[in-house]
Amino acid sequence: MSVLPAVPAPKIRLEGVGKIYPGSDTPAVEALDLDVPEGEILVLVGPSGCGKSTTLRLVNRMIEPTSGRILFDGEDVTSVNPDALRRRMGYVIQQIGLFPHQTIAQNVATVPRLLGWDKKRITERVDHLLDLTGLDPSIYRDRYPKELSGGQAQRVGVARALGADPEVLLMDEPFGAIDPITRDRLQNEFLRLQGEIEKTIVFVTHDIDEAIKMGDRIAILGERSVIRQFDTPERILAYPVDDFVSDFIGSGSTLKGLNFERVRDIEWNNDFPLAEVGSDPAEARRRLEASPETWLLVLDAEQRPLRWVNDRHLATAGVDLATAGPEVIAKVLPNATLHDCLEELLLSNAGQAVVVDERGRYQGIIDVDRLADVLKRMRSEAKKHYDALAEDPEAAS
Amino acid sequence: MTAARPGGTRPPGLRLIRTNAELLVTPLIVVAGVVLLRANYNSADRSFADERALAWERNLRPQLEQHISLTLWSTILTVAIAVPLGILLTRASYRRLAGPVLAVATSGQAIPAFGLLVLAFAWLGSGPWTAIWALTFFTVLPVLRNTMVGLDQVSQPIIEAGRGMGLTRTQVLRQIELPLAVPIILAGVRTALVINVGMAALAYLIGGGGLGATISAGIQLSRDLVVITGAVMTALVALSIDWIAALIEKALRPRGL
Repeated sequence: MSVLPAVPAPKIRLEGVGKIYPGSDTPAVEALDLDVPEGEILVLVGPSGCGKSTTLRLVNRMIEPTSGRILFDGEDVTSVNPDALRRRMGYVIQQIGLFPHQTIAQNVATVPRLLGWDKKRITERVDHLLDLTGLDPSIYRDRYPKELSGGQAQRVGVARALGADPEVLLMDEPFGAIDPITRDRLQNEFLRLQGEIEKTIVFVTHDIDEAIKMGDRIAILGERSVIRQFDTPERILAYPVDDFVSDFIGSGSTLKGLNFERVRDIEWNNDFPLAEVGSDPAEARRRLEASPETWLLVLDAEQRPLRWVNDRHLATAGVDLATAGPEVIAKVLPNATLHDCLEELLLSNAGQAVVVDERGRYQGIIDVDRLADVLKRMRSEAKKHYDALAEDPEAAS
Repeated sequence: MTAARPGGTRPPGLRLIRTNAELLVTPLIVVAGVVLLRANYNSADRSFADERALAWERNLRPQLEQHISLTLWSTILTVAIAVPLGILLTRASYRRLAGPVLAVATSGQAIPAFGLLVLAFAWLGSGPWTAIWALTFFTVLPVLRNTMVGLDQVSQPIIEAGRGMGLTRTQVLRQIELPLAVPIILAGVRTALVINVGMAALAYLIGGGGLGATISAGIQLSRDLVVITGAVMTALVALSIDWIAALIEKALRPRGL
């Protein structure tokens, strides 16, 4: 599982694409080479004013590049008709820009109408897209944009961008102007949607957490859109290549890396001392003494974790395993992230998290040392990757 | 498209009146004005000159028709000139011409109406078309300015979203900018109509006809009945035209705004 999937073939490739505005000596975007892998979300992230939005707009030539080539599916689109090009790429902006004088259905139908689809096909497509983005067509189809909340409007914005099923979606801080709770929900919904539609997406944000959450790959951009690091979120978090990147991703980035691995992916402690309710406390005490652990886990008859007990509890005369010691609180499922696991673990009385299956039955134990090992491993793997990259830039990808 | 929204299936006229009760006020005033004018005429002690000046078929009706046609033609010309010009001057490549053109249009409105009519007379001779062109020149400014303001106030993200989805510049203009500018452009047209209907009362000075002739005749004859009839009729025409313009404004306003 440490081997990351190879980068898919690029859907869009920028070759030395740059922008110098007339009358300016310094380029707004320095000649940029960038591959956007097919079917993935590529996030362009960087501080304000670094030119990331400009870069995005160079891709669909809302801003015409002054140098370089843009390849779309291997075809040079640097000088084709930009309007025709844009109809093949969905476009979502922060301010959404719904047409206020058109109904939601008319808004969503914009590109299909431009492409001359027949009425019936457009109606079906609109309803499908509204469904897909979580808006009931029978309610929202004939409404006007002013009747929508910000979150609903942005869903319509996404539906409209998907209008004619473009292969590529360009998104410029799409959730930037939305309150944090709604933003989180929209992000999750969008990731679920992307799981279905598998578009090639270029996503611009200034928010590193959003980048980590949304991106299959992240390009961290510095001034004039120079790429400072381009990699998966896991590796960027585990191994920021320089101070600029580590400053930008901020403190706590190592812990954020725990979001990318799940409990089922790491090895659990399987020979933890256990005892069943109703068994002999003396036997339990012997087992605890024979193990390096300081706690023993009491399970009920169905193998569900019940309580933690230590030798002090067990030494008490007439101890009942059903009531002694603190209750087990920290339980995690195998598909929980290690970040969730860490949270549970810190709250636990015994400093351990118990892995349970769907029916609550005991599976194993995770302690903080195991999480630390994971972090160390991620870091060294990322470092190895970059060392290999430094030696042989072609082989490592 | 199913699931019609309430109000969507009713005739649009009914909906307009239902939601715009204030639109009923003007017709009531106009009807009352006509009734009072007739009553005043019937009860007045009329001289032969009064009857001659106020003869419906011979004077009032043709003057009324001229007045309305002066107003409408000059407004139509104004719109035909100012709206395309406004569109042109808000396009990026012609925007630098906006200042000089606006200056000329402003001067048109700065010249006193009377002076403008005389200038037009000196240039084009007498007749209704001279008056129409003078009125047109006078009212280009409000329509031009409102067209430009209306187009400029369309928010940039809306245009950018349209362009970003592959609408051409012309499509953005026709499908997005113009519909969204309609309320403001129409407000300018309504202003032009109101100015024109008032200025048409001066058209008689250069042989353009209109109800101004009756008012002038009344002043020269010192006949109050004639002056009042001419003046009130001018006012009623102005109110009616403004009312019709208001109806059109409401009807053409895009839904959803």
